[in-house]
Amino acid sequence: MVASETRPIIQIDQVSKYFGDFQALKDVSLEVALGERVVICGPSGSGKSTLIRCINQLEKHESGTIVVDDVELDDSKQSLNSIRAKVGMVFQQFNLFPHLTVIENLTLGPIRARKMSKTEAGEIAMRYLERVKIPEQASKYPRQLSGGQQQRVAIARSLCMEPSIMLFDEPTSALDPEMINEVLETMAELATSGMTMICVTHEMGFARRVADKMVFMDHGEIVEMARPDRFFEAPESERCREFLEKILQH
Amino acid sequence: MKKAAIWLALILVLPGCSGSWGWYVVNPYTSTGLTNLRFLADGLYYTILLSFSAIAISVVVGLLIALPGLSANRKLRGINRTYVEVVRAVPILVLILWVYYGLPQMANISISVFWAGVVALALSDSAFEAEIFRAGIQSINRGQYEAARSVSLSYPDTMRFVILPQAIRRILPALGNQLVYMLKMSSLVSVIGMQELTRRANELVVTEYRPLEVYTVLVLEYLALILVVSAAVRWVERRMRTDERF
Repeated sequence: MVASETRPIIQIDQVSKYFGDFQALKDVSLEVALGERVVICGPSGSGKSTLIRCINQLEKHESGTIVVDDVELDDSKQSLNSIRAKVGMVFQQFNLFPHLTVIENLTLGPIRARKMSKTEAGEIAMRYLERVKIPEQASKYPRQLSGGQQQRVAIARSLCMEPSIMLFDEPTSALDPEMINEVLETMAELATSGMTMICVTHEMGFARRVADKMVFMDHGEIVEMARPDRFFEAPESERCREFLEKILQH
Repeated sequence: MKKAAIWLALILVLPGCSGSWGWYVVNPYTSTGLTNLRFLADGLYYTILLSFSAIAISVVVGLLIALPGLSANRKLRGINRTYVEVVRAVPILVLILWVYYGLPQMANISISVFWAGVVALALSDSAFEAEIFRAGIQSINRGQYEAARSVSLSYPDTMRFVILPQAIRRILPALGNQLVYMLKMSSLVSVIGMQELTRRANELVVTEYRPLEVYTVLVLEYLALILVVSAAVRWVERRMRTDERF
């Protein structure tokens, strides 16, 4: 039991990534165990989004290795397909398909990529819409929904692919303050179900409540990595302490 | 719009009063006038058939040419640029003459006037369609590709279900432009003997010696045809917008 809980499902080893001359990631190493909830924070431009985008290969890393569920990520089509099947992603800007209704947004992937029947995909989609508490919006278009509702649809869309890992790239940064909670609640509920989650977020209340591991990044490096209690009570590095002071002030 | 119509009617009617017009050649109340009018209007069939066949082909070819232009691969982009630059540089009239008189000799095939017209118009238009599609597809946010990829959609599925439906909505006005342009350019196919609107008018002028009246009818024929097509394009645009409910 203990062994299966600590089995790393994601192993990132010495990964570097460049955008032109700019080095976005500098020899980053990180392991995530099955069912573990990791929260990554850090100032903007610190490489945290780039890191999680490398995990599902929306960005390609130049050196180092990333292994997800025993599959090493390279340029091959097989590794790419296997990763995308296992890893769900929620974006800052939701990225819902605006020309499709909510239910069509949810069923497109299962029908086309999983070859599911329309009725079966529809049933699964409704189940997840109920889980994110907006089944009544199924036939609406994304534009007709509030930001918080759109982001919950985006979470449900990812879940419909039944991933074993969920990545969240600043999921509440584009939301009005009164809508942040409904999205965080959805994420917290997901965390209790045992989903492996990596969240890039500045919502420290959520992090304290949900995270198993806190990661602080700055200038493309992991500066600090600790359990939440230690991370918040006694951060070791000066940079992390300064950052926490700034964002916890308000 | 109403004012313009009244002015147009006045411009046509007033000179008629002065006696320098010979409207009898197209007077529907005389039997020759009616025959002449029928002869002119029959050209509508080939103008429409020619233009719509050509635009259907050029939209498909244009899309297929646009896709490599969006690739990260330099060679594929090169194919797109070369095609667009070369085809765009040839005047339509020259292309019509070349396809009708040159191509059969080069490829050792026989080609009818109709198909020569369709091929030449479609070829010429496809370069413009390619640029329109490229612009439309490029205008779609990168996040849409990323979301499609993260729900495991393949590249063809991403294009078909996510990118193109949105891109086509945006380029609809430009596609409507090309359709109108195509209807007008189809008149050039008259030079190789296609019995469309313009050719018919030319033939009638030769027998009746009344260019002013016959060509005026020709102008009105194109005007009516294009106003109907424009209205249809706008109707499609409106419909596509309402199911997105902005």
